[in-house]
Amino acid sequence: MIRLLKKIYLAVMLLFMYAPIAVLIVYSFNASRSRSVWGGFTLDWYAQLLRDKSIQRALSTTLSLAFLSALLATIIGAAAAVGIHSMRGAFKKTVLAVTNIPVIMPDIVMGLSLLVLYTYLFHFFPGIKLGYGTLLVSHTTFNIPYVILSVLPKLKQLDPNLYEAALDLGCTPIKGFFKVVLQEITSAIVTGAMLAFTMSLDDFIVSYFTKGDGDNTLSTIIYSMARRGVNPKINALSAIMFVAVLLLLYVINSFDPSKAQKANGLGLEGES
Amino acid sequence: MNEREHLIDLVDIEKTFGTSTVLSNINLFIRRNEFLTLLGPSGCGKTTTLRIIGGFERPTRGDVIFDGKSILNLPPYKRQVNTVFQKYALFPNMNVAENIAFGLKIKKADSRYIKRRIEEMLKLVNLSGYDKRQVTSLSGGQQQRVAIARALVNEPSVLLLDEPLGALDLKLRKEMQMELKNMQKKLGITFIYVTHDQEEALTMSDTICVMNAGVIQQMGRPEDIYNEPQNVFVAKFIGENNILDGVMRDDFWVEFAGKNFVCVDKGFARDEAVDIVIRPEDIAIVAPGGDNLAGVVRNVTFKGVHYEMLIESAGFVWKAHSTVMSQSGQEVGMRIAPDLIHVMRKSEYSFIDALPETLVERAGLSNAERGVYTMPVGVAASSATH
Ligand SMILES: Nc1ncnc2c1ncn2[C@@H]1O[C@H](COP(=O)(O)OP(=O)(O)O)[C@@H](O)[C@H]1O
Ligand SMILES: [Mg+2]
Repeated sequence: MIRLLKKIYLAVMLLFMYAPIAVLIVYSFNASRSRSVWGGFTLDWYAQLLRDKSIQRALSTTLSLAFLSALLATIIGAAAAVGIHSMRGAFKKTVLAVTNIPVIMPDIVMGLSLLVLYTYLFHFFPGIKLGYGTLLVSHTTFNIPYVILSVLPKLKQLDPNLYEAALDLGCTPIKGFFKVVLQEITSAIVTGAMLAFTMSLDDFIVSYFTKGDGDNTLSTIIYSMARRGVNPKINALSAIMFVAVLLLLYVINSFDPSKAQKANGLGLEGES
Repeated sequence: MNEREHLIDLVDIEKTFGTSTVLSNINLFIRRNEFLTLLGPSGCGKTTTLRIIGGFERPTRGDVIFDGKSILNLPPYKRQVNTVFQKYALFPNMNVAENIAFGLKIKKADSRYIKRRIEEMLKLVNLSGYDKRQVTSLSGGQQQRVAIARALVNEPSVLLLDEPLGALDLKLRKEMQMELKNMQKKLGITFIYVTHDQEEALTMSDTICVMNAGVIQQMGRPEDIYNEPQNVFVAKFIGENNILDGVMRDDFWVEFAGKNFVCVDKGFARDEAVDIVIRPEDIAIVAPGGDNLAGVVRNVTFKGVHYEMLIESAGFVWKAHSTVMSQSGQEVGMRIAPDLIHVMRKSEYSFIDALPETLVERAGLSNAERGVYTMPVGVAASSATH
């Protein structure tokens, strides 16, 4: 009885979460423009989507933005994590808290504050306008904490003697870091990079505030199309984005952290 | 240039972490090709001392001299010492051969030379054929050997070993003790070895440095430490001893347990209060009567080679070893030869009844071993009848 209730509960929960997306995906194959009438199966919207120049531009902006911001955030974030890891005491706690704020802060605050900052800076650099550059800086900014958050735990569980052993065997601090520490935290860095990539793809609000007039990401173009009226192309585009993000998350999660841990923790007891 | 006898000198080292002083007044020297052991209970500062020599910690005060020159400002990678870390710290992403080759590759050694050295090292530590194995798939004892090979391949002048056998079971530990000692003799390298196991220290070392609470208690050959402990801490830590209060009546004349004894010590003030240490195996059990200490056997335990007896005499419970069995309740006499009475000046440790609980546990001493020195008669008698 209880087990049955549990199952029903789970089913209802999943239904609530995924029903809207399911409807969206189904209607992206709907031959009728109506959102309530089923007019038969078609791939027409997908075909139109591929032919739409502005959507193609938005797609390439979104992908390059996600790639570049993830790359920058990974470099900056991984270095920051190493730095934070070596800090001590109250200072470390403060720095950690400050780096975590962007994660919990509402996107709207993040987007608005970035916009205010850019407009302020444009006073001093009149030649610069909102555009791809500001988008890239914004995405990199909100991505950095995600990289830090995925790299730091890995550093924490790293045996501090590993790095010292490298020094002991003749490595300079830099060599020791690259030869030993970096090797050990690579999986966490890759996870962080993929997380950052996904977060960038996923973003709407920050992009909306900090993009220029001419630029669009997929999410901002969907928004502006939706405002202009019903267009089933949006359904098709949203469906594609949903599937893409789903696939990405699947890949990230398949980087099994327990496997990485096993490689790190040496079994110390017992003679076989 | 003639070779200095001292390879390493620690001069007046002090180390504080924040507000806590972990090492103070550490003065010690290590001779060339010596097997020196830092012995002491957990938390007494052994690892910190080793890390100062390795270059991983900087002393708050004092100097580290290597072969006549200060190495205080030399980073670890420029010091001619290598470390075997307590938890081995093998590189988990590399196989056995890669771990061993690490130091040589950093020094850009010739690849054929590296290959040959790996073979030699694997043979030295009895792991031939293990070169392609992942270190994570090895047992504790095997990882231990890889860690030793990884350090020794660099031909260091000094090898630092931090409780290297701590994680191994007793049988393996005994074997490795022999192997390590042989290796040290064969290679002619200076070993600085850390342990909290007094038996291990006594078996392996040329010199033992007994530490407690960040201070050196005594330094000397194992025989000296065992036979002539300088204070009650060393006496208690190094073995199961009878420790009593005594008074030096005159040169060669000491009073304890309510009796006067002839001894071989002199140079104390008249009527100076002292600590007396007598080892259980140095007490001869004889027939009661005469000039000997009289006592009653309270407990007898068979220990393999000998019987261990608790003998109550004039309010003190003695621990004595004998190959002859006595009955519980039997009256016996105890005779102690003058040269087996160890007289020590009073120290700060004289006034602690027993080692602090945590310290005793970590040092691996059992309750009985600790309690017997100070147990009031009533308690001793009741525990003896259990
Ligand atoms: N990095 C550190 N920061 C603060 N205290 C430390 C640090 N390293 C060691 N200690 C303290 O110093 C004391 C001695 O430690 P250690 O040298 O590891 O002792 P041992 O190796 O003899 O067990 C301990 O009380 C330990 O807590
Ligand atoms: Mg230690």
